[in-house]
Amino acid sequence: MLDPKRPKPLPTPETQHFWDGMKRGELLLQRDKDTGEVYFPPRPFVPGTGSTNIEVFKASGKAILYSYVIHANPAPGFTPPYAIAVVQLEEGPRMMTNIVDCPQTPEALVLDMPLELVPTELDDTITLPLFRPAKG
Amino acid sequence: MLKPREIAIVGAAETTGLGKIPGMSNIQLHADSALNALKDCGLKVSDIDGIACAGESPTNLAHYLGIVPKYVDGTGVGGCSFMIHVRHAAAAISAGLCTTVLITHGESGSSRIGLNRPAPNPASLAGQFEMPYGPFGPPTMFTIPVLRYMKERGLTHEQLANVSVVQREWAAMNPRARFRDPITVEDVLNSRMIAYPFRILQCCLVTDGGGALILTSAERAKDFPTKPVYILGTGESVETPMISQMKDFTSSAAFRVAGPTAMKAAGISHADVDHLMIYDAFAHLPIYGLEDLGFCKPGEAGAFIEARNTAPGGKLPMNTNGGGLSYTHTGMYGMFALQESVRQMRGTAPAQVKGAKVSVCHGVGGMFAASGTIVFTNEA
Repeated sequence: MLDPKRPKPLPTPETQHFWDGMKRGELLLQRDKDTGEVYFPPRPFVPGTGSTNIEVFKASGKAILYSYVIHANPAPGFTPPYAIAVVQLEEGPRMMTNIVDCPQTPEALVLDMPLELVPTELDDTITLPLFRPAKG
Repeated sequence: MLKPREIAIVGAAETTGLGKIPGMSNIQLHADSALNALKDCGLKVSDIDGIACAGESPTNLAHYLGIVPKYVDGTGVGGCSFMIHVRHAAAAISAGLCTTVLITHGESGSSRIGLNRPAPNPASLAGQFEMPYGPFGPPTMFTIPVLRYMKERGLTHEQLANVSVVQREWAAMNPRARFRDPITVEDVLNSRMIAYPFRILQCCLVTDGGGALILTSAERAKDFPTKPVYILGTGESVETPMISQMKDFTSSAAFRVAGPTAMKAAGISHADVDHLMIYDAFAHLPIYGLEDLGFCKPGEAGAFIEARNTAPGGKLPMNTNGGGLSYTHTGMYGMFALQESVRQMRGTAPAQVKGAKVSVCHGVGGMFAASGTIVFTNEA
């Protein structure tokens, strides 16, 4: 159960599908239908080209640990020490997240370790894409 | 196209006090810097016909000073906003939009009196896709790419700690620096953990203070009592407001535009640079800056600093005021880096680099979000 004091995202028309997907336990990404390029965070066109020929698709939920810090001090909704991580999704984009089911130490948090998605409810409307060390 | 040496800095000053200034609000710190810079070059408030500032709206500043300017720049992209203000002001004077531009910074970063620092909007992309995971201020965001850099480039914890050690050596020569006592790599690595791998001595200060610059044409600059500091080249860019979306965790795309653009406009090579300022909000910034501006090859900056190239007596004196790590850091430090470049070019710096003729001043804004670079010279 996540601490309800955690900062809560406020979806916008351009990101609502992402949060609706998370509510169903699905991590939704967008890609350029012409080139196959996957991008994140959500927007209704391809950054850098402006093409609107895009589609939303369900990501695999597989990722690797790309980089992180371990915050030693308390923050609203968090108990230290806790890692603020960036993961690289199998599809290419990177996103900020937290790593759960894992000690929050440099020894346990090894760069490039495989991770898997854990959709985690924050409240009735928001489910956050957290990650844990991949099993098997 | 703005030509090298077309525009000069004629007035430059910091706030009278520095560090803890409980008797001044945010806007008064702007004004204190402005009045000191005007005094520095013998101008009156009414001589200013262009203004630029960040951290306060230029409307607030104009009203507070009592002027109605012809040129206004409120570019607010973090701590390098002032480098970008210098760039825009130089272009504006060159284009005839105005003649005399005042650029100010003031920030009650420590006392927080009248400070303008809005909380992140939960509907912004950062509010939706970063804030829910617990980043809490720059020490937990600016630092996120560093473990990746260390793995890919082989930078050691000792080399990262050493950045703070070398800058403390410069600070020791500066009476206005907040921290002046020598420190060792061991001291840094044993200091209080903030956000692994960063410890307190690898993070900037949080202070009150400000600074101001006054620019005019090189032609008019001859008539001022101060030694003109000429603008040779300028550059600016932005990349992303989200540290997680920085394209390359080992290099800043904004740095790679701003730095080389300024160097090219100045028509100089790296060997021509006598003095360097690289905005050091955290210990890794000088490493990224040295590499992205081409002073070192990728992965070599940690060893370059370790070999004392940027230390007192080294071939590339860097962050000679002690930097954000030891001198001062109000929140938007870029103005203080510019002030030190101007002092070095005037020959008035506490740790003066003898015979320095070219200074490169490189700033960062946000968390690798923005960048601005100015190349100065004291040769007409």
